[in-house]
Amino acid sequence: MIEIRWHGRGGQGAVTSVETLALAAIGEGQYAQGFPSFGPERRGAPVAAFNRIDDKKIRVRSGIYNPDVVIVLDASLMVLVNVAEGLNPEGTLIVNTAKSPEEVKTETGFKGTVATVDASKIAREEMGVPITNTTMIGAAIKATGLVKIESVKEPLKKRFGKIAQKNINAMERAYKELKIAK
Amino acid sequence: MSERIGMEIALAAAEAVALCKPDVVAAYPITPNTHIPEHLSDIVAEGRLDADFICVESEHSALSACCGASGAGARAFTATSSQGLLYMAEVVPIVPSMRLPIVMAIGNRALSGPINIWNDHSDIMSQRDSGWISMFAADGQETIDMMIQAFKIAEHRDVMLPVNVNLDGFQLTHVVEPMMMPSQKEVDKFLPAYKPYAAVHPDNIVSMGSLAMPEIFNEAMMAKDQVLINSKKIILEIWKEWEEQFGRKYEPIGEYRMEGAEVAMLTLGSMGDTAEVAIDALREKGVKAGLLKMKLWRPFPVEELLKAVSGLKSLVVIDRAVSFGGPCGPVCLEVKSALYDQKERPLITNYIIGLGGRDVVVADFVKIAEQAIGAQKKKPAKAYEIYGVRGS
Repeated sequence: MIEIRWHGRGGQGAVTSVETLALAAIGEGQYAQGFPSFGPERRGAPVAAFNRIDDKKIRVRSGIYNPDVVIVLDASLMVLVNVAEGLNPEGTLIVNTAKSPEEVKTETGFKGTVATVDASKIAREEMGVPITNTTMIGAAIKATGLVKIESVKEPLKKRFGKIAQKNINAMERAYKELKIAK
Repeated sequence: MSERIGMEIALAAAEAVALCKPDVVAAYPITPNTHIPEHLSDIVAEGRLDADFICVESEHSALSACCGASGAGARAFTATSSQGLLYMAEVVPIVPSMRLPIVMAIGNRALSGPINIWNDHSDIMSQRDSGWISMFAADGQETIDMMIQAFKIAEHRDVMLPVNVNLDGFQLTHVVEPMMMPSQKEVDKFLPAYKPYAAVHPDNIVSMGSLAMPEIFNEAMMAKDQVLINSKKIILEIWKEWEEQFGRKYEPIGEYRMEGAEVAMLTLGSMGDTAEVAIDALREKGVKAGLLKMKLWRPFPVEELLKAVSGLKSLVVIDRAVSFGGPCGPVCLEVKSALYDQKERPLITNYIIGLGGRDVVVADFVKIAEQAIGAQKKKPAKAYEIYGVRGS
């Protein structure tokens, strides 16, 4: 079982990220959970959301404290929150930043796999808004291989209708442009 | 054919209710059940369900509107949580007394105060003695299934009682997961159209909810008690029908790894899934541990409990609510009184966990079971423990 923690700010759509990734995995016949950090949501405040993905029924319903993967939608959070807290030392940290993965490794001290992509730039160029929740799904898939990128398209179409294609384009670009340092 | 879907459980609950074609849905939003009526209002607005969605101004009105609708012969549904259930409490015991088969989803949440929006079972426990059939879902699948079963059980001519289906707030309501969603055809086959026993109508005058003098009140209360106790037979029959049609088994107390168990934990609701993983860990350590997952809370399944605990040395009852000033947690109270007359009974320990959304992880269940095994040798000093209290 793979456990994932997403960091974002209220309003950046981390909940949509976890829902979309869970639906993509479920669509492939896998088992998955997607859930928000249970509580009142405040726009702009640091929030987290979570995924579990497995090939068998997932029975654990507690919070996630030792994720295998951490995804950061907004790098400005990294001075407020220790995004690598509890992260499996052999796990993966994926950050939306223009910085290189090596720079993020130095800054965070995290010794596992680090991957970075300038998702804000991609989202602005592809969608005209700096909302990176769907863009970063492309980065997550590239770094982890948990689902096929094709599997995300259907849930995105259902969710976003007419503007789904822009989200798909942004996601595919992040998939291609992600830089990974083992 | 059922379809494997991924969906937030609250939305799936609403979809399942819509498959039951209620005539009236009346609800007032309160976290964490809100997505259930909200999604039903979407389904009605989309024209997928021909129902009257009544946007009432309070939960008291929500259940009152359902009462009126059900009394007029409609299939009626509502949903609530926490203070919302308390706000409708004046109407809650009237519904079974009037034998109105209303179905209600409860997204369980702690009662204030201090104000808290997260999960525990204090809301439903406060309405324990109201006369409703009460069941607990452990996951998304059970939530869907129980919603559909609830209408059939409630409307059975030998039952005619309201049913509440409890799903843990957030732990279930807000989680996206895979489930099998029955098709309309399958639900139509399982659940016949509602034929009311009596309905208020100008052409057919009946009186409902009238005054009962002391001369008749004892008899009315005995009838209310008897019908609830007798409903278990019908619940078991309908669960059997469900199993035959859908292949998923429902029992008042589900068992997990109980073969040769010496110690067992008993849980209600979504705790059971996480506790299963703890039982696996204990079995791996060589501990003869098993799990009892109670699904039927009212009518209380006394016979099934006696059977399930026979041969156990130790039983750990896990509560998710406090009976303030009482001898132990509400579930443990019932378990102890059911076992009091038995010559052979396990040592019972009681842990109250997960209040107001306090997280309980697999390791906590393991620790609780191990403490209980230690207690086999020595009677615990306290009748119950509120687990994980900081500073204690």
